[in-house]
Amino acid sequence: MSTQIQEEPEETETEATEVAPAERESPGDRRRAERDAGRERAAATGPVGDVEGESFRLKVFRYDPEVEGKMEPRFDDFRIPREKGMTVLDALIYARDHYDTTLTFRHSCRQAVCGSDALFINGRQRLGCQTQISDLDHPVRVEPLPHQDVVKDLVVDMEHFYDQMHAVEPFFQGDAPEGELEEQRQSRENREKIKMSTRCIWCGACMSSCNIAAGDNQYLGPAAINKAYRFAMDDREEEDLKEHRMNVLDQEHGVWRCQTQFSCTNVCPKDIPLTEHIQELKREAVKQNLKFW
Amino acid sequence: MQEHDVLVVGAGGAGLRAAIAAHEEGADVALVTKLHPVRSHTGAAEGGINAALREGDDWQLHAYDTMKGSDYLGDAPAIETLAQDSPEETIQLEHWGMPFSREDDGTVSQRPFGGLSFARTTYAGAETGHHMLHTMYEQVVKRGIQVYDEWYVSQLAVTDDEDPSERECHGVVAYDIKTGQIEGFRARNGVVLATGGLGQVYDHTTNAVANTGDGAAMAYRAGAPLEDMEFIQFHPTTLPSTGVLISEGVRGEGGILYNSEGERFMFEHGYANNAGELASRDVVSRAELTEINNGRGVNDEYVYLDMRHLGEERITDRLENILHLARDFEGVDGLEEPMPVKPGQHYAMGGIEVDEHGQTCIDGLYAAGECACVSVHGSNRLGGNALPELIVFGARAGRHAAGTDLGEPEIETGRSEEFEREDDLDTPVEPGAVETGSEDAVADGGAAVASGEEVVRRAVENERTRVDRFLEKDEGVQQAELREKLQKSMTQNVNVFRNEEGLKQALEDIREVREAYQDVYVADPSRTFNTDLIQTIEMRNLIDLAEAITLGALARDEFRGAHWRQEHQERKDDEWLKHTMLAWNEGRPELYYKPVILEGEEKAYEPKERSY
Ligand SMILES: Cc1cc2nc3c(=O)[nH]c(=O)nc-3n(C[C@H](O)[C@H](O)[C@H](O)COP(=O)(O)OP(=O)(O)OC[C@H]3O[C@@H](n4cnc5c(N)ncnc54)[C@H](O)[C@@H]3O)c2cc1C
Ligand code: SF4
Ligand code: FES
Repeated sequence: MSTQIQEEPEETETEATEVAPAERESPGDRRRAERDAGRERAAATGPVGDVEGESFRLKVFRYDPEVEGKMEPRFDDFRIPREKGMTVLDALIYARDHYDTTLTFRHSCRQAVCGSDALFINGRQRLGCQTQISDLDHPVRVEPLPHQDVVKDLVVDMEHFYDQMHAVEPFFQGDAPEGELEEQRQSRENREKIKMSTRCIWCGACMSSCNIAAGDNQYLGPAAINKAYRFAMDDREEEDLKEHRMNVLDQEHGVWRCQTQFSCTNVCPKDIPLTEHIQELKREAVKQNLKFW
Repeated sequence: MQEHDVLVVGAGGAGLRAAIAAHEEGADVALVTKLHPVRSHTGAAEGGINAALREGDDWQLHAYDTMKGSDYLGDAPAIETLAQDSPEETIQLEHWGMPFSREDDGTVSQRPFGGLSFARTTYAGAETGHHMLHTMYEQVVKRGIQVYDEWYVSQLAVTDDEDPSERECHGVVAYDIKTGQIEGFRARNGVVLATGGLGQVYDHTTNAVANTGDGAAMAYRAGAPLEDMEFIQFHPTTLPSTGVLISEGVRGEGGILYNSEGERFMFEHGYANNAGELASRDVVSRAELTEINNGRGVNDEYVYLDMRHLGEERITDRLENILHLARDFEGVDGLEEPMPVKPGQHYAMGGIEVDEHGQTCIDGLYAAGECACVSVHGSNRLGGNALPELIVFGARAGRHAAGTDLGEPEIETGRSEEFEREDDLDTPVEPGAVETGSEDAVADGGAAVASGEEVVRRAVENERTRVDRFLEKDEGVQQAELREKLQKSMTQNVNVFRNEEGLKQALEDIREVREAYQDVYVADPSRTFNTDLIQTIEMRNLIDLAEAITLGALARDEFRGAHWRQEHQERKDDEWLKHTMLAWNEGRPELYYKPVILEGEEKAYEPKERSY
C-alpha cells in the first residue's frame, strides 16, 4: 500500500527539478548553480526567518498506521529557531527533541555518507543533512521519498531498493592473484573511470525520482545499474564476466527502460552521472550483441 | 527464537570482517545491526589504512610507531599482531575489488600520516572508509550471509555466576525496529560485539548519531571489564558548527595550520618543531586549544587549516571529498579560503577488554573494532590505525568464534588476584546504578539454569518487561533533555584539558542524569519504528559510559597521550604503566589496574620521551 499523499506543490516552491542538463556540465556544478540561485532568491525575497535568531516554518508529513490520531496522513507545522548553518536534518532533530518526540525519521552520520536521510524536501529528493535551510524557500516542506511505501512519518520501506541492488550481483568477481601480498594492478585511468560510480551511498533518491521506476516495479533502476557499471567497467574483472554482467543489464527491465529523463542524475547527492552511465552501458550492450552476429 | 553458530552484532568494518571470517571457517553466521550495514559509521572514515606494504617499510617499524604513538600504554602482543596482519588484510580488500587510489604502475597508493615514520597510509581518495564498508558488504552479499538489519540489540543473554570469568554468553535479545517485536537470538558458538564508537557521550563529535556505545555498555553490565576508558581522542580538525571531520589526509598532503595572527603556530610557538602539523593528534589538539585560550583563535573558537597552496589538481585528485564537506557543512570553499577547524571528540581508545583473539573474559562473548580494547592504541591512536584494527581483529574474532584454534593468547582478560585495586578514589557522589531492582542484573538465571535457550528466553522476558514499562508510563522526563545535559557536561568537563574539579563536577552531573533516568518515559506509544524508544534505551548506555570515562580520568593522575591533567603535567612511568580497568560489580563500578605488556616478540619496547 502506498500512503504517499499527492498534494499540490505550494506556490512558494521554485526550486524544482526542471533544470535541463546542460552539455558538459557536471551534476555537481548544476547542483551548486541551483543552490547559488536559491541563495540569491532567498536574499532578494527575504523569506521568513532567514536571519539568525528568527524562526521559520517547517511542515512535516506525519503518518503512523498504529496510532489512532496519525492513521490519516497529515502535515504538522513546527516553528524552528534559525541557527547559522542549520540543515533540514538539524531542523527535524530540533522539532523532535523540543516539540514532539514521536516524530520519526532515519539519520545517522550527519555528513552525507550513510545515505539514511534521503527525503522529499520542497518537492525534490535531497539528503536532509546536506541541505542548508538558507538554500530553501519557506515554509520548508518535508515528505518521505515518493514512490516508496511509508512505514511511518518520514521513514520509507527500502526493501525493494535493496532487492534491486542485490539483483545485479553487486560484488567483485575478479580472480585474486597468487600470493597474499600480490596486488592486482589497476591503471589510474581505469580507477578514474569507475570513481564516480563507486560513490553511491544507497540513499534511494534516484530511484524515487525516476518515473520509469515508479511505473515498472521490475526496472532495475539507476542505482543498481550504476552499481553494475562500477564492476562492468573495472578492468580487473575479466572479459567473460563483463559479458555476464551485460546480460544481466541487457534485458527487458534493464538498461533499455531508461528514457534519459535525467531526473536521477539531477537529484543524486553524490553527483554521480547516472544517466550517462546508463547510456554508456546501452552502447556496450549494442557492441556486445554485434559481436554475436 | 533465531539460532546461529555465530552472531555478529554490528555491521561496520569490524562486524562485516568478523562475519566473513566466521563464514569462511564454515560457521552459520548472522549479522544483527541497528542500521543497514552500508549506513554504519565506518563509511565516514576518510584518511586511510596503515599497512607496511612497501620496500623500506616493515611491520616492526609500524609496531614501533604505534607503541610510541600510544605513549607506551599499548600492549605489545596486540600492536605487533596489528602490524603483522595488516598488509595481508589490506591486500585482501584489494582482492575483493576495493577501489584504492593508484600509483602510475597500478599499485595502491600510500601517503604520510601523523606520527608515522613511513608513508604507509593506504587510501581510496578521502573516502577510504566508504569504500571499505561497501567492499566488505558486497562480500557479505556474495556469500549469502544472513543480515538482520534494523534490529536493535538491547541485551546480552549471559548466565549470572558470581565470578564474571565463569559466565557464559548464549546470545542476545534484539528488537525489530520496524515492528517492535522483541526476539531472542541464540548463538551456539559465540557473540561478537562490533557496535562501534561512543561519540554521542559528547556534544561536539565526528561520530554518527548512532554511535552510542551500546555494545561496550551492555558488555560492561554483563561483567566484561572496560579498559582505559579515560583515553578519548579529540581530532584536531573538525568543522566548528557540526563536528564533521576534515581528514588528517589534508595535513598529510601538506595542509598548514594558522592562528588568527597568521602564524604557523605548530612551529612558531614550538609545539612540534620537527613534525609540525603532522605531530600526533593529542599534540595538535592541545596546541590549537592553547592558541585559542591565549587569544589567538579566530572568533575565540577555532583556527584555520589551509590547503589552497596544494593546488586545485592535487586537491581534487586526493582530497575532493574534503572540498564537498567544507562547502556543504561549513559553507567554505577550500580552494579559495582556509577552512575553520577545532578539536572534536573522535575516537574511544578504551573499550571492552579483549585478548588478541577478540575474547572477553566471558565465555562465548567477543568484541572487535572501536567498541573493544585489545590495546593497540594505548593512550593515543595514530591516524590510519583504526581501519586495520577492524579488519585484523575483526577477522580474528570471527575465526575464533567459529571455533578455529588460534593458540594461547598472550593478553590476559578478567580479574586476577594480583591486580592492584583502587579503593580510595575520592568521588563526590556514589557512582553506579541507582537502587531500583532488576534492570541492572545480568541476563539472569544463575547457575541453576541449565540450557542456553533458557538463558536467552529469560533475557527476552526481562527485556519485554523493561520496554513495556517505558511505553506504559505516560509522564516523566524525556531522554532528549537528559542527553543534552550529559553531553554538555562531558564537553565542558571531560574534554581535551581536564582538572580535578571539572571531573568531579561531571560525576555529579552524571549522577543527576542517572537519577532522573529512573523517571524516563517514551511519549510514542507506537510499536512501529519507535525511535523515541530506541534513543531511550541508548541513553542508559551513554550514562554508564560517561561515568566510566570520567572515573578513569579522575583516577589517572598523570599526563599521558590524550589524557591531560592540569594538576599533573608529567607522564609518571613509575606508577602508571598500567591499564585502568572498570568492572561492573553488582551495579557498582570497581576500579583496578592491569600492567601494560611492553614485551614484544623479539624485543621489549622502552618507554621514551615522546617528541615530534
Ligand atoms: C569521521 C571519521 C573518520 C575516520 N577516519 C579514519 C581513518 O581515516 N582511518 C582510520 O584508521 N580510522 C578512522 N576513523 C576511525 C574508524 O573509522 C572507526 O573507529 C571505525 O570505523 C569503527 O568501526 P566499527 O566497525 O567498530 O563500528 P561502526 O562502523 O560504527 O559500526 C557499528 C555497527 O554497530 C551497529 N550497532 C551499534 N549498536 C547496535 C545495537 N545496539 N544493536 C545492533 N547493532 C548495533 C551499527 O548499526 C553499525 O552497523 C574515523 C572515524 C570517524 C568518526
Ligand atoms: S546513485 Fe546517487 S541518488 Fe542513487 S542511491 Fe546512489 S547516491 Fe543515492
Ligand atoms: S545523515 Fe547520513 S546521509 Fe544524511
